[in-house]
Amino acid sequence: MKELIMRALDHAQRQGAQYADVRLINNHTESISVKDGIIEGLNSSESEGIGVRVLVNGAWGFASSRNLTNDEVDIITNQAIEIAHASSLVSGDKVDLGPAVTSQGSYQTPVKIDPFSVSLEDKLTLLMSADAEMAKVQGIRTRRSHATIIKEDKLFSNTEGAFTEQTIYETGGGIQATAVGGSEVQVRSYPNAFARQQVTAGWEAMLSWDLPGNGQRIASEAVALLTADPCPSNITTSLILGGSQLALQVHESCGHPTELDRVYGSEAAYAGTSFLTTEKLDTFQYGSPVVNLTADSVRPYGLGTFGWDDEGIPAQSSPLVKDGLFVGYLMSRETASKLGRYSNGCMRASGWNRIPIIRMVNISLEPGTWKLDDLIADTEDGIYMDSNRSWSIDDRRYNFQFGTEIGYEIKHGKKGRLLRNCTYTGITPEFWNSCDAICNADHWVMWGTPNCGKGQPSQVAHTGHGAAPARFRNVKIGVLK
Amino acid sequence: MIDEKAAHNLTDAILKRCKGEPAEVTILTNDSALTRFANNIIHQNVAEKDVEITLRYFIGKQVGTASTNHLDEAGLDALVERAKANAKASPEDPNYPGLPEPQAYQHVAAWDLHTADYSAENRARAVGIVCQMAAEKGLNASGAFSNGSGELVVANTQGVFAYHTQTSADFQTVVMSDDSSGRAQESAWRIDDLAVEALGKDAIETAQKGHNPVKIDPGEYSVVFEHYATEDLLSSLNFYGMGAQALQEGRSWMNDRIGNQVMSPMISIWDDGLDVHGSPLPFDFEGVPKQRVDIVKDGVIMGPVYDRYTGAKMGKPSTGHATPIGYRAFGPVAMNLFMAPGTSSVEEMIASTQKGLYINRFWYTRLVHPRDCVITGMTRDGVFMIENGEVTYPVKNLRYTMPYVTALANVDAVGKATHLIIGEFGGFSTSIPALKIHGFNFTGSTV
Repeated sequence: MKELIMRALDHAQRQGAQYADVRLINNHTESISVKDGIIEGLNSSESEGIGVRVLVNGAWGFASSRNLTNDEVDIITNQAIEIAHASSLVSGDKVDLGPAVTSQGSYQTPVKIDPFSVSLEDKLTLLMSADAEMAKVQGIRTRRSHATIIKEDKLFSNTEGAFTEQTIYETGGGIQATAVGGSEVQVRSYPNAFARQQVTAGWEAMLSWDLPGNGQRIASEAVALLTADPCPSNITTSLILGGSQLALQVHESCGHPTELDRVYGSEAAYAGTSFLTTEKLDTFQYGSPVVNLTADSVRPYGLGTFGWDDEGIPAQSSPLVKDGLFVGYLMSRETASKLGRYSNGCMRASGWNRIPIIRMVNISLEPGTWKLDDLIADTEDGIYMDSNRSWSIDDRRYNFQFGTEIGYEIKHGKKGRLLRNCTYTGITPEFWNSCDAICNADHWVMWGTPNCGKGQPSQVAHTGHGAAPARFRNVKIGVLK
Repeated sequence: MIDEKAAHNLTDAILKRCKGEPAEVTILTNDSALTRFANNIIHQNVAEKDVEITLRYFIGKQVGTASTNHLDEAGLDALVERAKANAKASPEDPNYPGLPEPQAYQHVAAWDLHTADYSAENRARAVGIVCQMAAEKGLNASGAFSNGSGELVVANTQGVFAYHTQTSADFQTVVMSDDSSGRAQESAWRIDDLAVEALGKDAIETAQKGHNPVKIDPGEYSVVFEHYATEDLLSSLNFYGMGAQALQEGRSWMNDRIGNQVMSPMISIWDDGLDVHGSPLPFDFEGVPKQRVDIVKDGVIMGPVYDRYTGAKMGKPSTGHATPIGYRAFGPVAMNLFMAPGTSSVEEMIASTQKGLYINRFWYTRLVHPRDCVITGMTRDGVFMIENGEVTYPVKNLRYTMPYVTALANVDAVGKATHLIIGEFGGFSTSIPALKIHGFNFTGSTV
């Protein structure tokens, strides 16, 4: 395979490319889903191919194919060159990639149990027993449990001399119970919303979540939610977000606006732009002083954890928000160079047939000092919400509205009545500046978001988000109809 | 492209490897390209070629699936072995309805050589015109121009063989100033049906009118939707409830409403994979011929679309709406939706509005609650106040939270022109008109 990559790079240079890089990827995914005690799907997929990206006359071209032959590699390299020439018909400033990247080495996700070594029977037994536990609760209309495992082998090389080999493992899964009564529909998921927690790890992660041990609990909660009081409407109060909901809040209102390609307008027509424009760097109070946000690709279990990004930049950690101050972006070589900085390794392609674009790695809210019980006890009036049910945010990442699966009223420092159909809304910097307490490292979990859409053609990225529960003051609650 | 004969040979080679066990092969080929632009320049420009083969293997009522893009002998052997192993490991599915028998398919035109062969240079030159027009007005154009061709093949051991070729093209642009934006989009299976320059002009005009937007109070407003906003209504109602699985699970907006007059009598919605004004597809991913299905007729809820699995559960035949294996857990989905046109122009809708909002499109819309299809989302790329029958001033983007079932009950007028939008995920197409609706609920605004 290395020969094919070198052939493409040589061919690209002979055809006039100032720079070229190549990714050759083999992705093997196995997914199992169980619905109401029946296998809904048991699929094993394999996709392999090669993508060639070239810079010609300062303009980009990319072509890709599943066909790994010498002739096909020549064809797609020529096609990438031809496309770059077409790009140069409507081009601007010549692309500057900054310092050369010459990374060398290999990386593999640490796994204790290779998920592909676990028998299908064992996997099905786990999911079926979780399903059986949910089935013990009367009133559940639909039960789902599932597992997804991924192994991706990736070779990367560029004309500057980089060559890296990576094998990334992901393990994901979860359970979901849906209760229906009259016109009410209530859903509970575990360990994460939409029944899909996912991490870079082996099957040991799946076992650690104890899906069967949580089946009855979430099923009972779904049934209880049918007759719970509705979330109060149009009030302003204190909001404590559980870790999994906060992870998505971080994703949408911190991760996306710090993507530098959005700031520079590259995503203006699709994903949108960002309110975090470059004059705000190092001057804008994004959040309160307790808010610290980090981009990293090194933390265990994170879906953004790897050896090198898709431009060959080594995995690293960098602050985005420090003591509330906005101090960093997610960057590529090209955008970092434009800003006068160095890439912090955030270029990721979703597969061999996609170009790398700036994506979140692990975007995490650093832990604070509180115990959750103390935080609740310290809250006179408020609502606790967790596990996402709906999410929406504007194209500059200001105005958001989220709904959660479950909520509890907090009165006089105690968690009280169950609440259904909880929603909250806000404006990103106002919201993060209202954060006055974050729980400590004991509550901090690396959550996985394996469904982040961006780019055209569409790319789905897998991102990690560490978070512990946190409190926000004066939040508008309850917007349903 | 692999062509029909090669597709036949390939499916035969795979089915023979199944050695008499029932099996189904689906092949999707994709040869596509996309030119992306921003800041009035092309910044991303890509092409891809892929073939995805999916095999469903059956041992009695045990089902296993596997997919690959390896077409060589070893790749096909491995595909069959993996699907077989998955079937062996699976408990029986008592609801499995069996494979369909051979069917007669209506040929439907959906392939255009010029669209398949449209070059990167051609795309660049078209994009260049829009970028230049925007630059001349001091505006900033972004967007994407894509074209592609593909084949869908379905074959099974019962003798089904279905082959379809299609092309697709889409142009979309957002044109921005410092404080305004406009957007236009059009899709077609013939690239020459796209009026790229006119779309650019539309987006530029909206951006030019949008300077100095005013923040207004949220609340209920009458609205005039361009067809882009209507597309979101139709797509959301589709994904959250037009399929039989959602109905069976009790989470569809159709539950307890079939046969009832729920929407305005002006609203009729149907799915038709054979209509060349959409993005035609004559059969589904099980090889079942597409039926025209009335979803809503004159405001009355008629019923969902079915695949074989959900149909068998309810004693109904499949309507030809099975999705690809990878999406089968979502159940059947309408893929070629049409909303009936009315008699009004957008200008007439505005002229008949005492006070309301003109809205170009929605953004980031998500389900808040399923049974009324309550959706929240933002307006984007053009919101204007209407007063006394005239557009008076631009408005800052608003958040809405609204039951889409109620929105279509509150329709006052339907546009007489329909437009085709082909979605980015799996070729879902919608043919939609503009709408005028009263009582649309806005719940917030942005900075």
